[in-house]
Amino acid sequence: MSADQPTAGERFIQGILPENPVYRQLLGMCPTLAVTGAMKPAMTMAAATAFVLISANLIVSLIRGLLRPHLRILVFTLTIATFVTIADRGLAAYLYPMSKELGPYVPLIIVNCLIISRCEICASRQNVATAVADGVGMSLGFALALASIATVRELLGLGTWFGLPIMPDAWQHWGVLILPPGAFLTLGLLLGAVEWWSERRGRKGTTTS
Amino acid sequence: MSAQREKRPSYIRQAWLVILLGLLYGAALAGVQTGLGPIIEENKRRETFSVIPELVPGTDREHITALEVETAKGKARRVYRAGGPDDQLRGWVIAAGGLGFADRIDVLIGLDPHVEQITGMYVLDQKETPGLGNLIVEDDFRDQFIDKSALKPLEVVKTEAAPGSNEIRTVTGATISSQSVADIINKAIDELRQPILEQATSKP
Repeated sequence: MSADQPTAGERFIQGILPENPVYRQLLGMCPTLAVTGAMKPAMTMAAATAFVLISANLIVSLIRGLLRPHLRILVFTLTIATFVTIADRGLAAYLYPMSKELGPYVPLIIVNCLIISRCEICASRQNVATAVADGVGMSLGFALALASIATVRELLGLGTWFGLPIMPDAWQHWGVLILPPGAFLTLGLLLGAVEWWSERRGRKGTTTS
Repeated sequence: MSAQREKRPSYIRQAWLVILLGLLYGAALAGVQTGLGPIIEENKRRETFSVIPELVPGTDREHITALEVETAKGKARRVYRAGGPDDQLRGWVIAAGGLGFADRIDVLIGLDPHVEQITGMYVLDQKETPGLGNLIVEDDFRDQFIDKSALKPLEVVKTEAAPGSNEIRTVTGATISSQSVADIINKAIDELRQPILEQATSKP
């Protein structure tokens, strides 16, 4: 491992907020928009993605010394597709109704750029512990992003959270938030909020230094 | 010629990892399918039993029987006999599948006791395009199949279906998904009509 590569701890922390897959890297937009109508499907998707990301990072890091440069993408894709299939079959076996609700979005994890990018940037270049830490950090960041969007959409759109009634009976459901336009609106507004907060932190750091 | 002979072995030397991983991953997936396949089938069976009363009106859940029939080609296929509270035959439900636009589509088809009329259709599994092909699960599309004749093939049209015809209107923007469902149903009814009628004669 070269001296200027981030450590395992740094990879872990970076993935949660500073390099958050959704809010900073804008990766995995498809599941972010499609499955965040409620918390349950969002968290199931986050768990499936975490399983694939961590497993793929682990395997790719283990075999990194054997990778040919011009065949590495093929190896990454083979590995990711295998774990996605395992996740898909696992969901169909043990969470059948949720598997039906998520539909094609679980197989679509294969084309989630977050996973192949972590294989390329981290797992294929660093040791197993760092690769796994990177996978865990990025998974937590992805889950955090999905949870934030799903919380807004489910609370305001359905008045519930994880299916449990939270908002008072008098609350008028914002139906648009459950529909695809609501996904774009919520993501856009939260992205703007994160950017504003980052900029403010950056300006504060500049004025106090 | 000798330069070509030197080149040949290097393909294997370069791709051995890909080939090995392909074999290992394939074995792993075969293991997963062996372990989880029966559980997934049981989930589908349970879902099938819960949907049958909707597909064949008058069905009593206690009198749904899974039967094996043999097609003309010697293939064993599962059909469900839907009985009423008195166990009198109310109809049949057949499970069928085929290629859709994106992936496999599995459907359940409800039929009357004489396999002359379709009493319902339910999409058990599909991975069609969200917002387009996946609208085949909606009631608007499914309800079109009710009371259609099982004696002649379903036809898919892009305009309004003619009243009294065996036409099914496609989901807008999802012609292939709609056509696939019709093809799956036509093929299943064609294959299973005779075996089901023979089954009904032997065990009414």
